[in-house]
Amino acid sequence: MRILALLITLLCAGVAQAKLNVVATTPDIGALAHEIGGDKITLSVLARPTEDPHFVDAKPSFVIKLNHADALVEGGAELEVGWLPALLDGARNPKIAAGAPGHINCAPGIEFLEVPTSLDRSKGDLHAMGNPHYLTDPVNARLVIKTIAEGLIKLDSANAATYQANLASFTSRLDAKIAEWQKTLEPYRGRQFIAYHNTWPYFARRFGLRSELFLEPKPGIPPTPAHLAEVIAKMKSEKIGVIIVEPCQNRKTAETVAADTGAKVLSFAQYPGGVKGTDAGYFQLLDYLTKTLAEALAAQP
Amino acid sequence: MKKTIFFILQGMAVATYGGLDTNEVQTLRRELDDLRARTRSLEEKLLRLEQQSQGGGLATTNNLPALAAPASPTNAINLAGGTHSIAGTNLTTAASVPPTNSWSPAQPITVMRSGSAYMNVSFDAVLDAGWSTSPEVSKELQLGDHDPTQRGFSMRNAELALDGAVDPYFKGFANIVMKLENDNSTEVELEEAYLASSSLPWNLQLKAGQFFSEFGRQNAQHPHQWAFVDQPLILNRAFGPDGLRNPGARISWLAPTPFYTEAFLGVFNGQGGTAFSFRDSETDGSHGRSPWDNHLRGPGDLLYVPRVASSFELTDHQTLLVGASAAFGPNNTGEDTRTQIYGVDTYWKWKPSNAGDGYPFVAWQNEALLRRYEAGADPAAGLPAETLRDWGFYSQVLWGFRPHWVAGLRGEYADGNSGAYDNLDPFRGERERVSPNLTWYPSEFSKIRLQYNLDHGEKFDVEHSVWLQLEFLLGAHGAHKF
Repeated sequence: MRILALLITLLCAGVAQAKLNVVATTPDIGALAHEIGGDKITLSVLARPTEDPHFVDAKPSFVIKLNHADALVEGGAELEVGWLPALLDGARNPKIAAGAPGHINCAPGIEFLEVPTSLDRSKGDLHAMGNPHYLTDPVNARLVIKTIAEGLIKLDSANAATYQANLASFTSRLDAKIAEWQKTLEPYRGRQFIAYHNTWPYFARRFGLRSELFLEPKPGIPPTPAHLAEVIAKMKSEKIGVIIVEPCQNRKTAETVAADTGAKVLSFAQYPGGVKGTDAGYFQLLDYLTKTLAEALAAQP
Repeated sequence: MKKTIFFILQGMAVATYGGLDTNEVQTLRRELDDLRARTRSLEEKLLRLEQQSQGGGLATTNNLPALAAPASPTNAINLAGGTHSIAGTNLTTAASVPPTNSWSPAQPITVMRSGSAYMNVSFDAVLDAGWSTSPEVSKELQLGDHDPTQRGFSMRNAELALDGAVDPYFKGFANIVMKLENDNSTEVELEEAYLASSSLPWNLQLKAGQFFSEFGRQNAQHPHQWAFVDQPLILNRAFGPDGLRNPGARISWLAPTPFYTEAFLGVFNGQGGTAFSFRDSETDGSHGRSPWDNHLRGPGDLLYVPRVASSFELTDHQTLLVGASAAFGPNNTGEDTRTQIYGVDTYWKWKPSNAGDGYPFVAWQNEALLRRYEAGADPAAGLPAETLRDWGFYSQVLWGFRPHWVAGLRGEYADGNSGAYDNLDPFRGERERVSPNLTWYPSEFSKIRLQYNLDHGEKFDVEHSVWLQLEFLLGAHGAHKF
């Protein structure tokens, strides 16, 4: 009898220890899912931190990852539209099919910027839902972790307390960090920076900065000499001294423009691990972004 | 504890207020006025921007609270600035009040977004223009139905593609192709129309309808996905000008292996010009024999297409996909004549982890096929019973050397044993072709491709062709497989 009880306890423990298999589409979502799931989940991330998230290859190995998944966490803002649907078709996993509890979409609740009023590709490759790079604003991260926690609790109620505790702890640390990041960038309110691609409107809005000029003439269209000449002229007349470039973008183009304008080129990344020293997670990434940008802006007149 | 500190600080603030000299008060007042002015100008700017983005009219003062709401928690944090007590209290309220995100009239109303439409609708057209030293391009050089078919201009592939979820159980896909013949009449074909299951158990997936069979790599791709303007020679000889597609069903199984392995079995009726080596009713596919009017006598007369494919991540930046396929079925040259086709294919791709827009990359694709065709006797045509064997391969390398630019090189070879009808048969005899090309993709939705073909065949010796291809895609097109 006692042995049976022991066996049942062991069995229950075994079941409880079966970790939730979670797949995140991009490393920022992955980092947040890790904060909530902790050691209760096994996490894999499809896009690499240095990769262009619009053009991830729909590799067959991803089909396998999605086939084994208990949960999929995606941005839901069409950033993954070029590769995720084909992978989901191949994965044939009803647990993470659209509408299933295991398909955690982080977009609901996000206030999207730059939602096009009409869809017109002569304006470049626009996303119908609006700019998809919303996690560059830490206040949006607040919403996303809540969505992720709610999703995980639905799938794994046994660990609900852990997820809730992780959510509460991360949220309070995030709030303190937001205040710190804002303080770092506060002296530069209203200042402008140049970005290669329009990745940073959420970041700029949160920190009172302006990101209005891009090296790409239109989203997804490579820089042209005529457009760069225009950017250079504007940088000179408006005294803009910072250009930010992500790992998947052509740094040489930015450096050419910088040489002409005396601007500083900053390595930026929207994903933890995209630039050196940011592998530890979302906080470390935002620490890096706010600090390097503040330093660069301070060095400029 | 926090509360007491708060009260003490507040008390100190009240106590010291009286002691502030007029200078400090004035400075504070000035700062406050500055802040007010800044807020006002920001509000005005926001309103202006909104009116611009909505074409004016819709924006009202109602918009402002809706817009201001999400920003409020951080505004509070901003204002907190130096005094810790206030910062503390504001932060806790910020944490407990989630930003409001319900729809507001300030948000633009989108007419159509892909997430809210029931299906993807797209139209893709490919225009070819060029010249060849051969005056009869479509009779000896370019035997593919979507190849450029004449000197000057030709438009051989304008497709309307529809796809989406039918219900929770099925996905649907249709591809309707229009082609301009050399006399400029339009030919319409229902290239594909099928549904695919999305919720079968045991890792199974069922496809049913008319669709390209998953034999090798290129057969199942639509012409606008091809890396060259024309169909590879050996695919043309094994599957005919239109590729292997027929009404039927296919079951596939994703194996529970740690690496990707998928097994497919397709079953088709196997008749007509799109089952070229099988029960083709035209003389082209029958190698001179007048086709028998064979009906299905049993399951043995169906066309079976099995395939196995596996994929490996060689390194972080290299992916390999290998496959083996076969097709078995009766052909139309005799009462009991059959065809077997075997193929192997490999696809290797390198892409660094900091690629932008998907560039740079190198992709190397190979397919080799072997066909065994039992041709029946046709005494009226003077043709004996014989077994025709055909073989060949193509190997192509694509190099995306800078964003939106791809250089390609393809080499091909096809040959077979000799047959009685060979002299009149454009689909047989030794042939080699080398095709360098250069493609520029102004965006994901258009391309301009220039290709040169150096052709050698035992029937026509050497011919040169240059083709320019233009493609445009309208609308939302479903994501492509790896």
